[in-house]
Amino acid sequence: MSTTVPAARERLWDAVRDGDEYAAAAAVFDAIDTGVTPEDVLLEVIAPVQRRIGTEWAANRITVAEEHTATAINDRVIAALAHHPANAQRPVSGRVTVACVDGEWHALPARLLAEVLRLRGWQVDFLGAQVPTPHLIAHLHRTGPVAVALSCSIPTGLPTAHAAITACQAAGVPVLVGGAAFGPDGRYARLLGADAWGPDARAAADLLAAGVTPGARPSAHQPIDDLPHLGDQEYSLVSRTAPQLVKATVTEVEHRFPAMQTYTDQQRQHTAEDIAHIVDFLATALYVDDDGLFTGFITWTADILAARGVPATSLHPTLESLQGQLVDFPRTQRLLEAALIALGRTATDLEPIA
Amino acid sequence: MGGDGPIGVAMGLDAAWPSVPHPVIVVSTDGVVRALSAPAQSLLTAAVPGGDLSGAVPLWLSDAHREFVHRLSTADLADSVASGTVHGRRFDARPTVLDGEIAWWLLEDTGRDLRDTQQALTREQARTAFLDEASAVLMATLNVDRCMTATVALATRHLADAAAVVAPVSGNRLPIVCGTDGAVERRRVDADPVVVAGLSEALRGFPPVPSRWIDPAALPEWLVPESISGTVGSVLITPLPGLGVPAGALVLIRRTSEPVFGEDEELSARLFAARAGAALSAAALYAEQSAITSTLMRDLIPPRLNRLHGFELAGGYRASEDHQVVGGDFYDVHPGATPEDDTLVVLGDVCGKGLEAAVLTGKIRNTLQALSPLAQDHTGVLRLLNRALLSADHTRFATLVLASVARRDGQVTLRLTSAGHCPPLIVRSDGLVEEADTRGQLIGVLEDIRAKTFETTLAPGETCVLYTDGVTEARGGPLGTAMFGEERLSAVLEQCAGMPAEAVVERIMMVTTQWVGRRAHDDIAVVAITAPRRTHLSAVDGHTAGRYTA
Repeated sequence: MSTTVPAARERLWDAVRDGDEYAAAAAVFDAIDTGVTPEDVLLEVIAPVQRRIGTEWAANRITVAEEHTATAINDRVIAALAHHPANAQRPVSGRVTVACVDGEWHALPARLLAEVLRLRGWQVDFLGAQVPTPHLIAHLHRTGPVAVALSCSIPTGLPTAHAAITACQAAGVPVLVGGAAFGPDGRYARLLGADAWGPDARAAADLLAAGVTPGARPSAHQPIDDLPHLGDQEYSLVSRTAPQLVKATVTEVEHRFPAMQTYTDQQRQHTAEDIAHIVDFLATALYVDDDGLFTGFITWTADILAARGVPATSLHPTLESLQGQLVDFPRTQRLLEAALIALGRTATDLEPIA
Repeated sequence: MGGDGPIGVAMGLDAAWPSVPHPVIVVSTDGVVRALSAPAQSLLTAAVPGGDLSGAVPLWLSDAHREFVHRLSTADLADSVASGTVHGRRFDARPTVLDGEIAWWLLEDTGRDLRDTQQALTREQARTAFLDEASAVLMATLNVDRCMTATVALATRHLADAAAVVAPVSGNRLPIVCGTDGAVERRRVDADPVVVAGLSEALRGFPPVPSRWIDPAALPEWLVPESISGTVGSVLITPLPGLGVPAGALVLIRRTSEPVFGEDEELSARLFAARAGAALSAAALYAEQSAITSTLMRDLIPPRLNRLHGFELAGGYRASEDHQVVGGDFYDVHPGATPEDDTLVVLGDVCGKGLEAAVLTGKIRNTLQALSPLAQDHTGVLRLLNRALLSADHTRFATLVLASVARRDGQVTLRLTSAGHCPPLIVRSDGLVEEADTRGQLIGVLEDIRAKTFETTLAPGETCVLYTDGVTEARGGPLGTAMFGEERLSAVLEQCAGMPAEAVVERIMMVTTQWVGRRAHDDIAVVAITAPRRTHLSAVDGHTAGRYTA
């Protein structure tokens, strides 16, 4: 059986799709046996397979259940790899903490980083998914690591990530962040005051090796110092009244589309959830004051819907309803208008050439 | 304002002196005060017209007067300015020769005074900024090692060329952090603090001692950082006062080429030491509390569940108070002695939340561990547990589910008994979600309890889910007020057919916590028992070669 890296990837992909952890482990261990380093197995075989799980779900080629199963298989393979006697490693470098911010369920990217760091000789405390910030701080006080690596994959986790970053820095520990939520160029990492950002696990591990030093900050640094626009309260008001906004939007949208009134309970539930998701992203975009975050989400949602056979224009009524409800909020209006414009472009992108 | 005496030119002048708006004192050549202006009077309170000069003014002025009078005869009057302080203010005294009298004008050099004041202010501002920075850095961390390191870093930046922080003896050794600006070392030294004068008193903290100088030659090498260049010139030892307990001692070292510590700098060092001591003391207290808590909590945290004797097991837990790690929900597993024996899995919910409820879960778990050999009879076990709870001091009760699992003849067999708890749900291969037909009374309230056990088997890929009402009674959703409910849970489980146990648990936890968002919620606990989809050479924990189990 061929054991080059691309071949190992294919074998692993087939195994996780099939939910077959033994075939998955075999694919990985065969690669090790023919000289692929454990770090390369983690980053060139397992990580790409995990990314592929995400894109396949987005394209509606696998279900949510299959996504969870595949992730669980990948997780087991990483555990098996860690326990393999060939990968035993005594800690020789400093101590570091790796964790996902509260609300973040995608633990695999952080897990991969934790394993890479362990292989490189760090003493790693991996706290897992969804770590409440007070737990994280208590852990930092107890263990005094040289740095903390925080992972956040979903943009709506950015406000929580900001609180976690500030709290860790206030406890005297420099913060390295990573994950899709911070943007492809790490722009939100800079905005939220993180001390370092890595686009992938290898870059993050290299940064930690070079040493993450705390940036210069005034004493008693508060989150609002990074984001002065929060003073206009638009973010607080939108996020606090989200349930009411969603309810009103559902009612309005149903009004405009009589067909919706014959929806089953489950369909109505899904609609409400989709709208709640949009409001959540709107609030996050208000938090970082970035049009791109909201328009990016809206166009991505349009693509997801298109893959499931739903036209992009179904998003218009939601955005217009929110425009009407939040008339007095200038930054909100700006975001909604930008999203509608972006949608207009997307709809024409997707129209079939007559 | 006029005098009472006869009017004459001399008298008139004397009478005019008090109204001069500047300090001036007029003295006869034989040292008698003739007159003084009102400002001079308020400055030289003891001066009285007609009185002797020497009692009325500071010595430097009366000496200057005598000397000046002496020089009058020689007519060498150039440079006749005398200087000195009166009540802490610096004056120049300039004489004017009058008829038989000398008028001494007291002038403050306001320019010099202003410069002096500005310099003092700048020094104070620098000190305040340093102490402000020190407070911010030191108060930020509750980690003892970091605190000591930060103290050395701050000291070597602002106060001295090298510094060392000595903590009280622990484990028969003296923990020391020392360094120069930019290079910090940690040591644990096997040495007696009495060899350094003042160190053991500072470490003891009582009786309170001020900072003291020590002879640089007497400084042992274990107190000097390796990175220091040049010889040691002056050394100051200051105690670090803690909150009721001494936190340690601070040693400040200056090289010979640098100026010796001045009084002002000693003050800065003392103020800094006060802050460092408070922070270090708080960190030490925190570390002690933290260690106690971790040790006690170890047994209360839900156990990691793994592959066992031929079936999969996974658990998920989230306490209601986010800063607490434990609460009133719990689960536990007691593996069978051999792979053919039953394994007892328990999931339960003690009334209440927080640490007190968690302590009771610990007691229940311990009792069930002792009773697990009797788990052939679930009702019997529940009765014994019930009696144990009734006899205890408190009035707490609990609901729970017992699940006995075994792999026999290639099948995973289950015996499920609920004691007042939501019955487990079973996800079959075709996606059908079945509720286990078991019911029973909660424990800890009634004298005698009854329960009915449900038996079933799990085909490969099928899962049995135990959960607490933290899942079904979670409030939230897109509209904020809806309950998660049993129907929604069943709908979620339908999609989980064939998933491995951890994936099922992860899915339920994810959906539930997304449902509640940032709102408050009850403790949430979930356990999944799954029959593996594939039969294979079983490898227990991936280490031993197993038996073929198909």
